[in-house]
Amino acid sequence: MTAVVDAATLVRAPAEVRRARVRGIIYLILAVGTYGLLASGTEGDVIFRLGEVAGDLDWAVSSKGLATFSAAVFGFLGGWEVTRGVGRWSNVALAIALGIFAFAFLGFAAAGKSLSLVGMLDGSVKAATPIAFGALSGVMCERVAVINIGIEGMLLTGAFMGAVMGTIVGPVVGVIGAALAGGVMAAGLAVLAIKYRVDQIIAGVVINIFALGLTSFLSAQLLVENSTAFNSPGVLRPIPLPLLSDIPVLGRILFEQNIFVYAMFVIVAVLSYGLFKTRWGLRSRAVGEHPKAADTLGINVFRTRYVNVILGGMIAGLGGAYFTLGSVGAFNENMTAGRGYIGLAAMIFGRWHPVGALAAALVFGFADSLQVKLAILDSGIPSEFLLMAPYLVTIVVVAGVVGAARPPAADGQPYVKE
Amino acid sequence: MTQAPEVVEKPEGEGPPSWLERVAPRDIDWRSLVIIPSLAVLSALIVGAVFIVFTEGLDAILPAYRALFSGAFLGWSSISETLLVATPLILAGLAVALGFRAGLFNIGAEGQMTVGGLIAVIAGFSFDGLPAIVHIPLALLAGFLGGALWGFIPGLLRAKTGAHEVITTIMLNFIAFRSLDYILKLPGIQAEGRFDPISQPVLPSSRLPRILAWLPIDGAGGLRLHVGFLVALAMAWVVYWLLFKTTWGFEFRAVGANPHAAKYGGMSVTVAIILVMTLSGALAGMAGGNETLGVLGRASPGFTAAIGFDAIALALLGRSHPGGVVLSAVLFGALRAGGRTMQVQSEVGIDLIVIIQALIIVFIAAPELVRAIYRVRGGKETGQLTRGWST
Repeated sequence: MTAVVDAATLVRAPAEVRRARVRGIIYLILAVGTYGLLASGTEGDVIFRLGEVAGDLDWAVSSKGLATFSAAVFGFLGGWEVTRGVGRWSNVALAIALGIFAFAFLGFAAAGKSLSLVGMLDGSVKAATPIAFGALSGVMCERVAVINIGIEGMLLTGAFMGAVMGTIVGPVVGVIGAALAGGVMAAGLAVLAIKYRVDQIIAGVVINIFALGLTSFLSAQLLVENSTAFNSPGVLRPIPLPLLSDIPVLGRILFEQNIFVYAMFVIVAVLSYGLFKTRWGLRSRAVGEHPKAADTLGINVFRTRYVNVILGGMIAGLGGAYFTLGSVGAFNENMTAGRGYIGLAAMIFGRWHPVGALAAALVFGFADSLQVKLAILDSGIPSEFLLMAPYLVTIVVVAGVVGAARPPAADGQPYVKE
Repeated sequence: MTQAPEVVEKPEGEGPPSWLERVAPRDIDWRSLVIIPSLAVLSALIVGAVFIVFTEGLDAILPAYRALFSGAFLGWSSISETLLVATPLILAGLAVALGFRAGLFNIGAEGQMTVGGLIAVIAGFSFDGLPAIVHIPLALLAGFLGGALWGFIPGLLRAKTGAHEVITTIMLNFIAFRSLDYILKLPGIQAEGRFDPISQPVLPSSRLPRILAWLPIDGAGGLRLHVGFLVALAMAWVVYWLLFKTTWGFEFRAVGANPHAAKYGGMSVTVAIILVMTLSGALAGMAGGNETLGVLGRASPGFTAAIGFDAIALALLGRSHPGGVVLSAVLFGALRAGGRTMQVQSEVGIDLIVIIQALIIVFIAAPELVRAIYRVRGGKETGQLTRGWST
């Protein structure tokens, strides 16, 4: 395996060279644009607040300097791509460059003002949580070659069940119920996709429409009239982890969150280890890449697919509970508002890898948080464009301009045992 | 472009019918064309009844379904509402069906409707002083072109880079929604004196005229069915003619059936994919224009009301045939219009209709399920549906 990778990096395919050139030119355009629009138009410093209160751990930077630095990074990457090509790290390079650009952009928008960076990053992690759960659900399903467009529906049912069970019994049962509800939806997808061999995209669309109809119907019939009896679960409070939450800056962002955020990190770790270091993971990936070969070696393709898809649905259901039990505290119709689709996008941007999915979700969460911040700052920059960022990035990724992402080879194809 | 290994492995003639055969069958088998859809609708209504029992009790079923039926078909006003709701569904359904015929899954009808509807509104309030006979076609054409642009992008990406149209159209849907939110707040577009995102109303000269005002009954002038319904029927005929009577249509279907064979036959797969997606987007854009010019009179966030997603369901139900799409759209229109009456007259909410629609797709997409339940024989459709991100 390593030999193949090495050979690929030594001799670059013409298509890859062309893509690298396209990337390089885009970077160079970004460099010029950043310098022209951000660096030349700003004056003064921006103060990033890293502490809880103003004056505590402030970090003042020149807005102009930050923008110039961002333009330089784009320019450097552009030159690198045009001449040699960044290769397999191009997604990471893009993420870093965009991260620096985001800071430069913040500096531009908030020049002469101060900005709570901790609050923003905390908001990013919170916004990223449901997206990451959705993306991880997608990773689970697509690694065994079942396309999951139904993430949105699974999130929504999870949110609904979390609210109802959370109110009737209690938050812990609510979380478990949400995971089970997501699992039931996924079982529906699995039966349609695996047993009845329905086109998986159609099956996923069905799951989304059905989940929206079901939760809206039950919400209108039951929850609206009896919201105290069915729809007031309350919110799970953040649990500061001892010692870790005392770390300056990072502690507040990562270790003073509610159970869902911790669960997200745990699931990413477990899946990364499980998929790539255990027998189960090897079998799952074999089923996703070449089911016939896996079957020949005695792996039960159908059972593997059923188990992984249902587990994936449970992860999405858990993510759905974040909406009702983790942030809002009640169920509203269609409250997931397309987060499942952003999760799908994060899975693709993260190259079907749990860590990549988490990183992509954090980037998209940051865009979300930035958008909220910009609206508050009243900078005159339309926040809608930041909300579009995840979708634009995904189109660029699937078009192969950035790091040609390759899905599992058998993705979307049902298996017929001979 | 690498060839999928599955194509090589499958012996010709022995393999089960392809994904395309399932959504757009070539030969007309009355069992799969009439019996399966009818049973699918019946099954969906039965399962819907179970949901009514669960939430409102056994006694609620009959009044609810009676109200559904009367709201859909009894009286001129019900028929007008049914056909009114069916109008954008026909156009959006044709958009999805045209894509299916060429092997493309246009999940972005919703976004294309958004763009088309918005551009049609802008054309509708911008040209003051035009006579209606010029203004209406102009505004509809604007919607057509707006949708075409939003369909062209995924078509180009698919043809040139291989980016899967399902992903790009989903993403373009959201880009369209966010753009709508932004554009509706721009000065010159936003209605004067408003602070929420809502457009100016279109001029009366661009409103689609109502076509049932001549009826000799009281209140017929208030019947909302507009000329867009006739436009939609005409477009259904145009799509039928294009698909089945022209060389272009033959090429589209050939590309859908087997792109490799089409390429060997001297057809340009690239051009066909771009054209089909552009036309598909244009049809959806017209659906958006129909809603804004015929019913709403202005654009506001979410004006497309998930019609673009219903379109997927009814393209499947109508087997991607223009005639089938029209019939399915009328059925869905009846469910929607009747659903409103049901919501008012009985305790059952209109969201039941969404559940019923989802169930209809399940039963249509998994005909084995219907066959198993009702023991319908013949017309073997145990099909393998081979399609993934990489194809």
